[in-house]
Amino acid sequence: MNSEKITKNILFIASLSLIMLATGMVLTLIQGSIPVFQKFGLNFIFSNKWNPTAGREQYGALPFIVGTIITSVLALVICLPLALSTSLFLGEYYKGKMIAKIIGTLVDLLAGIPSIVYGLWGFYFLRPLIVQLGFNAQGYGIFTSSVILAIMIIPYATSISTEIISLVPNDLKEAAYSLGATRLEVILNVTIPMARSGIVASYILAFGRALGETMAVTMLIGNSNVIPKGIFDMGNTMASVIANQFGEAEGLKLSALIAIGLLLFLITGIINGFGKFIIKKFA
Amino acid sequence: MKGKFRSAKNRLFKGMVIVFSLVAITPIMLIVFDLFQKGIKQINFSFFTKIAPDTWDAMTALNHGKIIPGGILNGITGTFLMVSVASLIAIPLGLLIGIYLYENAEKRYAGVVRDISDILQGAPSIVLGLIAYFWIVKNITHGFSALAGSASLTIMMLPLIIRSTEETLKMIPISIKEAGLALGVPYHKIILRVLIPTGFSGLTTGILLALSRVLGETAPLMLTALGNPFVNFNIDKPTSAVPLLIWQFYNDPNMVNLIWSSSLFLVILVLTLNLIAKQIAAK
Repeated sequence: MNSEKITKNILFIASLSLIMLATGMVLTLIQGSIPVFQKFGLNFIFSNKWNPTAGREQYGALPFIVGTIITSVLALVICLPLALSTSLFLGEYYKGKMIAKIIGTLVDLLAGIPSIVYGLWGFYFLRPLIVQLGFNAQGYGIFTSSVILAIMIIPYATSISTEIISLVPNDLKEAAYSLGATRLEVILNVTIPMARSGIVASYILAFGRALGETMAVTMLIGNSNVIPKGIFDMGNTMASVIANQFGEAEGLKLSALIAIGLLLFLITGIINGFGKFIIKKFA
Repeated sequence: MKGKFRSAKNRLFKGMVIVFSLVAITPIMLIVFDLFQKGIKQINFSFFTKIAPDTWDAMTALNHGKIIPGGILNGITGTFLMVSVASLIAIPLGLLIGIYLYENAEKRYAGVVRDISDILQGAPSIVLGLIAYFWIVKNITHGFSALAGSASLTIMMLPLIIRSTEETLKMIPISIKEAGLALGVPYHKIILRVLIPTGFSGLTTGILLALSRVLGETAPLMLTALGNPFVNFNIDKPTSAVPLLIWQFYNDPNMVNLIWSSSLFLVILVLTLNLIAKQIAAK
């Protein structure tokens, strides 16, 4: 075999190892979740009973699935005006200016803060604020977690949309200006429609981030294993229940946590795939 | 009359964009300011050279109004150990897969590999912790270990490096590579002598960003490395890490003061890596 072939084979084997890694991951998660699905069937997904007491064990993931979706959707709603404004600030109003560079760097730095530090900041700064505002007594809950998640996903929501907004061709915008449109009208009628798919895709990817966030949410959501009744209620997410209960987990309970991990992996995979699909289709 | 209304709306919108953008960057400034204010007084020589104190020592110091003795040496060495081992696998493998994707960009199989890499990039870190727990903790080290922690960090780093490698190589003018091929240079030498040196700054940026991403990871390490009150360099033994220590301090009322200094240290480390990476990329 000549060196050309050897190099090509090494590269190919490397790429194959990634596929094996991913396949192995899915198989491991499936294998680990078999006991709990054998015992409860699909009820595991649709039941809201979570009781680890020995002898009366019952596991249903619904409270965590609901908790995950509510916190992430709420986070996206809070994040939306902030992220869209930042994208317009960076990609339209102050494009190429010094101030845009500074703000852009600061937004990027948001992505660098570790999740646990967000959790600490949420616990010592945001939580007392929420108590003071009278939203709820302890300050823990869905809303507190969503605010922190919203801050955490701002850089993900802005990165692609800023790029797409700044790529909107100038001649289109100038055509609108020449007809007497104001800047706002240009943004609403030219820039945003042109950049729509990129903006939507970046919010989907940000949503995917929020779904899997663990530490910050674990520290703020209150960790109650029931379906929350409102946004100021305490709750639990799929990621945070794994982090919280993994330590003492064995047997069926461990299997239940793995099954939640499998569901979380599938949900984030689908959401991210969907985001990538939109980017590919409209790019 | 109508024109006045339109221009008022235009100005109002611009004002809102500016205000919301400022709101979006407020948290990063508040967080960094808060960490400096509360953490700087605990940072001294022993912070870097001594292991974490036990809760008794911390309580005694608190009662005497002194700063808490000890440091986070066991966390720093643990983070260093686990991130190094993860880099040792993830960097070369990620580069190889990235090069493969670049060389075979059009192939259907490469598209699958790229999609899998994207899915892995979106996978929640806690799920990666579950996987490493099953593969390494249960089957290889038969107990919590640094190796298991490294494994979860490796899976996190891989897709980041793969993506940045492919993106970097795509930017290199094809003529440079073809010039080498025309001279009959063997393929592996093209990679080592042409592609990697030409794309060096881009590749370094990708690696630094991947490092800064895993340095602050807490959730997967809770499931794999667990923590250790002492300095440990044994790859098959439980090991601490800076984020794990923060979590431990957070759960111990006597250690609260150490939370801020450790977080400050971690955030400075991560943000510095981030800024260096951006600086290199800008060149």
